[in-house]
Amino acid sequence: MVAHLITLKVVLLRNGLRRSVGQLVGLIIGALYGLGVLALAISGLIALRLADADLARTILVVAGSALVAGWALAPIVVSGVDLTLDPARFALFPIPLPKLLLGQAAAGLIGIPGACTALALAATTVTWARGPAPFAAAALSAVVALALCVVISRLVASAATELATSRRFREASRLILMVPLMLLGPIIAFAARGIETYVTVFKAVAGVLGWTPLGAAFAAPASFAAGDAPEGFAQLAVAAASLALSAWVWSRALARALVTPASRASSKSLPAARRGLGAFGWMPQTPAGAIAARSLTYWIRDPRYGAALILVPLIPVLLFFSSVQRHNSEVFLLSGPIAAFLLAWSLSTDVSYDSTAFSLHLVAGVRGREDRWGRALALMTFALPAALVITLVPFIVTGRWDLLPGYLGLALGVLLSGAGLASTVSARFTVAVPLPGESPFKRSPGNRMQTLLVQLGGMIGLGILVVPEIVLVVLSAVTGAAGFGWAALGVGLGLGGALFVGGILLGGAWLERRGPEVYASLVRAG
Amino acid sequence: MTVPSYAAPNHGNGESALSLRGLVKSFGGKPAVEGISLEVPAGSFYGLVGPNGAGKTTTLSMATGLLRPDAGTAVILGIDVWREPIAAKRLMGVLPDGVRLFDRLSGEQLITYAGLLHGLDRATVAQRTAELLGAFDLTADARTLVVDYSAGMTKKIALAASLVHAPRLLVLDEPFESVDPVSAANIRSILTDYVRSGGTVIVSSHVMDLVQRMCDHVAVVAKGRILAAGTVDDVRAGSTLEDRFVELVGGHGPTEGLSWLHT
Repeated sequence: MVAHLITLKVVLLRNGLRRSVGQLVGLIIGALYGLGVLALAISGLIALRLADADLARTILVVAGSALVAGWALAPIVVSGVDLTLDPARFALFPIPLPKLLLGQAAAGLIGIPGACTALALAATTVTWARGPAPFAAAALSAVVALALCVVISRLVASAATELATSRRFREASRLILMVPLMLLGPIIAFAARGIETYVTVFKAVAGVLGWTPLGAAFAAPASFAAGDAPEGFAQLAVAAASLALSAWVWSRALARALVTPASRASSKSLPAARRGLGAFGWMPQTPAGAIAARSLTYWIRDPRYGAALILVPLIPVLLFFSSVQRHNSEVFLLSGPIAAFLLAWSLSTDVSYDSTAFSLHLVAGVRGREDRWGRALALMTFALPAALVITLVPFIVTGRWDLLPGYLGLALGVLLSGAGLASTVSARFTVAVPLPGESPFKRSPGNRMQTLLVQLGGMIGLGILVVPEIVLVVLSAVTGAAGFGWAALGVGLGLGGALFVGGILLGGAWLERRGPEVYASLVRAG
Repeated sequence: MTVPSYAAPNHGNGESALSLRGLVKSFGGKPAVEGISLEVPAGSFYGLVGPNGAGKTTTLSMATGLLRPDAGTAVILGIDVWREPIAAKRLMGVLPDGVRLFDRLSGEQLITYAGLLHGLDRATVAQRTAELLGAFDLTADARTLVVDYSAGMTKKIALAASLVHAPRLLVLDEPFESVDPVSAANIRSILTDYVRSGGTVIVSSHVMDLVQRMCDHVAVVAKGRILAAGTVDDVRAGSTLEDRFVELVGGHGPTEGLSWLHT
């Protein structure tokens, strides 16, 4: 069974590569990056063999804890949840749970992160090749740590998926889950600054981490090397117990997933009656108005849209931390433009989120520009007030009102130009997104290379489009002349407005001409 | 390019509601439709039957403007679908198979949406929506989200949405799939009334019995070509449509093997 699951994962990987050159390129880039990091890590670990045991301990415990934490957070933060081996898919096969568990864990190691982690952990035995006891402890710890990485990652993945697919808890739980994650960056940055300055703090942190599930496996060989066998055994016990506990919790989650196939069942839980026509009742009674009403309804009801926006209200908080740290409030003032970018760019996935439901627009003979207007209008109903409020927040806090017109112009310019650009880009390129009804965290298969290029190209393109506003804001900040700020506001509204309309018209013309081809790429995505 | 495998006879009585000429489509070098020509007379109830993978959905997608043909034309009531898509689409109601709906709208909102997309005003849409929901027996679930509908209800709401702009031609891909017998009877009577009042319907299906009872014309498609087309009575030539279909398509004989399954 274990072998079967590993084979399945390898075959899926290979077939994915066979299907698209983009994925192959992605894997190669990932492999090169991984190899680079791995080479650094291994040479570092070998070099540490020569270092003082105390230093080696501190570095290994902190780095190792970060590694385990990284595995735990990766499913949510970096890549979405990899559901290639979604337990629900095995629900119909008569597979005993322990075998499925082992197989899933082993399959979790297939891939670049798994291979690199395994090799790096193997290299820790070199660091502790300071006698039989430390070496044996290091070998044992490496195995435990590797297992812990995989199991914790699967555990978090299944927990996140479960939270995200149960309709009732979806909104609230995701917010609760995501907010601390978003704030983790600044907290770690604060901590890191402390560590830079105070080696003793660094050591103390390592000392504490060495007794937690995160770092115990890395502290144990150090204790043996220091000749403190009882402490070493205790730390090994902590590591093993953490592994056993996470494996047990994960097996509970897996067992539950096998008997309650997620997505469909849970979404049926609340067939709540809706009140009337909603936005369809008050939007203009034109095709564009109808599309705006539909989009607005989806922004509210479809968690995939919400997931894209969850970061927006947190931006001022994140940038506040960042600016306090650098004693530089300019960063904080950028909250509005950055929020405006996220809001505007969320429009670029709109058609992809429709999936094949887009066929309704096609068979109804909707004009391309009506489609574009409708979607942009829906976005603007909430994005415009949100961008204005978020732009104001840092000025209220810092009181630097003299710079407000410039930043307001930049935010408006980014919002309008970005919405125009997104309207054009999404008429031409579809991107890989979770399908309707799927978890917003689910990593979607499909054209990831194009998705990446579209996102990257969009950011660069938008950067070029708002150069005038950026220049004027910089001038107003440097010279302190109010005129530049007001000019930025004027340019943001004027140029941004023109790009907004232009983007919609161009995107509309493209969509009308290439509607069937856009639809075909949506069909391919599923 | 392949020549049309079958020259469709013109059925005489004036213009065709749907006229397909030499449609060809291949996907990645694999031909899906190899020259399909078909005349659907105005006022007919036309069945398109064929085994899975015969090219029914591909053909209907090319006829409705969803899929660009490699070659050939599709003309609806004298308007070329691929030259004047917007004018042609105004005349037809389409129920594609296997596509998602905007299922986070309520049933009522979905029909309203379809109506407004076709450029109807809100008052007309509201009136037609109420009548359609009544006709399809969905009034009680009008405000439930479509995502919470059963498969049969989903088919019905999609069909209702395709009717809201009073099309003259209905193109329905597998309208009876996963629909319970009561709902199927409901759908059938609505379609029959529609044809009686002068509309034209083309449905694809692989339920031969249903097509034989419901349609007046039928075309048999297999491997991207039309094997036979005409009135149901002509095509079945005295036998049942199902037997004639199996004969035309050349299916398997009695199943051999699988003896281990005979418990």
